[in-house]
Order: sequence, then structure tokens, then C-alpha cells
Amino acid sequence: MTEDPSADGWHYVIAHMDYREIVDYINRNFNELYSPDTREEPAAVLRVSPKDWTELAYFLRDDENLVFDSMMCITGIDYGIEDENLGVAYNLHSMTHHHKLEVRIDVPKSKPMIPSVEKIWRMADWFEREIYDMYGITFEGHRDHRRILLPEDWVGFPLRKDYEFPETWHGIVVPKIKEEWE
Amino acid sequence: MGIETSTLDRSAIHGEEMVLNIGPQHPSTHGVLRLQVLTDGEIVTKITPYIGYLHRCFEKHCENVTYEQVIPYTDRCDYVASMNNNFGYAVAMEELMGIEVPEKVHHIRVIVAELNRIASHHLAIGTFGLDVGAFTPFLYCFRDRERILDLFELLCGARLLYNYIWVGGVSHDFPIGFVEKVYEFLDYFEPKIQEYNDLLTFNKIFIERTADVGVLPADVAISYGVSGPNLRGSGVKWDLRKNEPYSIYNKFEFDIPIGTGAMGTVGDCWDRYYVRIRELEESVKITRQALDQMPREGDVHAALPKKIRPPKGHVYSRTETPRGDLGFYIISDGKPKPFRLKLRSPAFTALSCIDEIARGWMIADVIAILGSLDIVLGEIDR
Repeated sequence: MTEDPSADGWHYVIAHMDYREIVDYINRNFNELYSPDTREEPAAVLRVSPKDWTELAYFLRDDENLVFDSMMCITGIDYGIEDENLGVAYNLHSMTHHHKLEVRIDVPKSKPMIPSVEKIWRMADWFEREIYDMYGITFEGHRDHRRILLPEDWVGFPLRKDYEFPETWHGIVVPKIKEEWE
Repeated sequence: MGIETSTLDRSAIHGEEMVLNIGPQHPSTHGVLRLQVLTDGEIVTKITPYIGYLHRCFEKHCENVTYEQVIPYTDRCDYVASMNNNFGYAVAMEELMGIEVPEKVHHIRVIVAELNRIASHHLAIGTFGLDVGAFTPFLYCFRDRERILDLFELLCGARLLYNYIWVGGVSHDFPIGFVEKVYEFLDYFEPKIQEYNDLLTFNKIFIERTADVGVLPADVAISYGVSGPNLRGSGVKWDLRKNEPYSIYNKFEFDIPIGTGAMGTVGDCWDRYYVRIRELEESVKITRQALDQMPREGDVHAALPKKIRPPKGHVYSRTETPRGDLGFYIISDGKPKPFRLKLRSPAFTALSCIDEIARGWMIADVIAILGSLDIVLGEIDR
């Protein structure tokens, strides 16, 4: 965080900010500058690099004009077999000011590491474990980093687009997928 | 925490810790759930839930079927409130595609969703009573829930998994005489709420078991993403039907009941339970208004092509189910199958806070706390 938010005249609490105002506000108060997404709402997202995420997350939750106290959803995304990135979408909501923001973090498939926000929003605990389970993205600093839905000895990350189904698991034959109705 | 141990010398009573497994097959876990409970004597020191026994690869399946074929899968997530799950998916898809549905469809959806909310709360109340040892209210709840299931059977042929609310409409119009039957049910049902109160809510033993037990403070609830009646039980006036109205909920008058700590502390098990009882009354109110205002003539489908192809883009949309905020994150790449579909389930977040609120209580209280959270494992494991 760079400066006191009240220093540049933002004393009053804003009841509702839209996406562009939120990005402007973050740019005014934060050392990293974000360029607004050019697409229209509700598809507008704030793209963040993993190294800034922890600091920005604290700012988003604690700043009195933003107060994103509620994390609605965390979604893992595989952009496709050809694409070299995996993504994570964080949907934030403020119970105080009733505004919303989507933060998107992309990481390369070769080294999928994102700092964990499990201590900031406790809800992220299980959602990050689920994304690790399904996509193999490692959340650094997570205190209980295990698989959650699949067995602990499962191999591979099923929601990746290039996932290949195993033929057997502990001697149990996995049924073949039927391409069309028979 | 729960037990007054401050005056005791803890080292004198501190023994070896014991690991106790509750589940995976146990009547009080409401499905297939294993709780690994670390106990010091009778007092719980840590709970580790193990989930995934009912995992059916919902999200992987969705990437391999068309948008219409997803609807029956959403039924099977929260199988006691299937209408609300269909509703949530339809709302998300309509937001993604930017389509308007006819006025009549909105009313039909609200009526069936609120009826299903009543049915689902019946199950929550009944099994919660069962968990803490009251068997009779369970039978009374199921007697009345049965009438709603009969109504749904008349409506779409299915009793639990309806596949009724479709993208852009509903599968069938109301059959002849259905509206009168719903009115009849509401007239029958409204006085029954008092019966539940007499049987269970103000029962001395029930209050002893649930008041002051498992207190969930509001800030902890928000941080854990707990929603729906569990959040309102903690005294937060937050209901998506009121705060972010979707469909036509802004047309109806109803209150948001919240926990007040009438029998103990705000956010205890009794508050969470009582919010559900009061929501029964509110749902009856909404259903009556929707029935009164519903246009009797008209089509029940919006004009849609046979194969749905939403434009490229993504959407996060959430609706209020009996368990809380049900969110759908859908990414479309312009093809007839979803590129990515994520279901954010309210029971998943509710279960994740059990370690926080049950630590320090006795083993019997863990069962009461789990019952008061009203989880459905189909939705947690997906």
C-alpha cells in the first residue's frame, strides 16, 4: 500500500462503485497500475500477476472504501490444450458497499503457483484445495494443502483439458466413455 | 468456549486424545460424510471433515454435454431442492445469453421454487429434530412435505428430480386445477407451522440441546462464505431475493427473518433453526402473491433455437436456494457445450466452518451443530 486513502480527498464512503471506478480507485491508491479490461460488464475482470496478489488482497479486504469482505466464488480454469496458461477467477463482493469485482490470475502450466488467500478469506481454504485437486495449481502458504474431493492417492488433475482417464484404479476397471448414444 | 473449564485445573483432567470417526455411514451425517473428531475426554478439540464420497464429476460431465443436458445434472446436486437448482442455472444462462422470459414463466418459477423451499425446510427441521432425539416432529414434517411432492408429481411427473425449469422457460404449463390445489395446500399448511412450534421449537428439551450451542458470529460467517439461513441466523439481514433481486422477486412483499438470540446467543443452533421456521411463513406469503398475480394465459417458453449457443463470454450469477447462495460461473466459447461450468455450493461453505464453531463442545453437540447447518452431501461433493 502506498499512501493513506484519506490523503487525496476520499473521505466519504461510496455506496456503490462500478468496475471502472474500482479500477481507478485501486490505481490511485496502489503502487501497481492496472489497465482496465476493455470488454463490457459483467465480463470485465481485473488481471493481476501472482506476485502482487497477497498485497492487493489485503488492500481489497481492508480498505474502507472497498471492503470486499465476502469472497463469493473461486474458479479454476484451463484455457485449452494449446494454451500454456491456467487461470483462477476470484469473485469478490462487498457486504458493506454492495459492489463486486472479479480478479483473474493466470499462471503458466509449467509452474502453476499462486499465493494463498486462505488466511484473508477463510472461505478460500476449501476452494483452493478443490482447485489444487482438479487443476494442480499450488497455493503457496496454504496451511492444509491436500486433495479434497478425490482420494489422496489419485494421479493427475481431472479438470485439465488434456486429462486422460485411468484404465483401472486399485484394481477397479473404469468404464469406457461412450462417444454417442448406443 | 463451550464448557466452563476456566475454574478447573486443565492439566488435572487432561488425558490422552482420542480419534473418533463419525461416518461415512451414519444417520446424523445426512449423507456420506466422515468427520474425524479429535477428542479430549468428551470435549472436541478438532474436527477434520473428509468429503468426496459422493463425487460424481459434475463439472467434468458438464463440459461434455450440451447446455440443455446440464439441467438434469443440477437436479442431482441438491436433490432435496431441485427446483431451486434448476432455477439458478436458468437464471445464469439467461444472463449469459441476454434473453427475457415471459411474465408467466417468472411467476411459475417463483411458485415452484418457493414450494420447494418449504419442502426443503421441512426436511431440515425434521431431521434436525431427529438428530437431537425428537422423533415425532420428523413424521409431522414428512406428512406435510409429502403433499408438496404430490403437487410436483402432478406438475411434472417426478417427485424429487424434476428437470422442470429450462433455459428460457419451463417444461410444462400448470395442469388444469393445479393453481386451486396449491391454494388448498397453502390453506392447509399455514396453521401447521404453529404445530411445529408446539412440538419442537419451544420444547424445553430441544431448547436445552440447541440454545447457546455452536455460536457462529457474523464476521466469521461472512469470512467463511456461509450464506442463506445459516448467515441470517447469525443476525445478518442478507437475502439475495431482497438484496439482489433476480427474476421477479422485487414485486413481492416479504420479510427477511434473522436470528435474534431469543433463547440464547445470536447465531446459535436454535437461531439457525428458527430462521427456517419463520421462512416457511415468508415462502407461503410469496407463493400466495405470485399465484394471485400470475397471468393465466400465455406461452411458457421464450423463443429459443433448438440448440443453445451462447455468445462468447463468461458470467457469475447467484440465486438464493434453501441453503444459501448458489452460484454458477459459466464460460462460453460459442460452442453448444460449456467450456467451463463451476457450481458454487452453499452447503460446501457451511460445512467448511464446522471445525471453527464445534471446537470446544461435546461430541453430542457436534451432532446438533451439524444438523443445524442443514447440509446436503450431493451438493458438497458434486
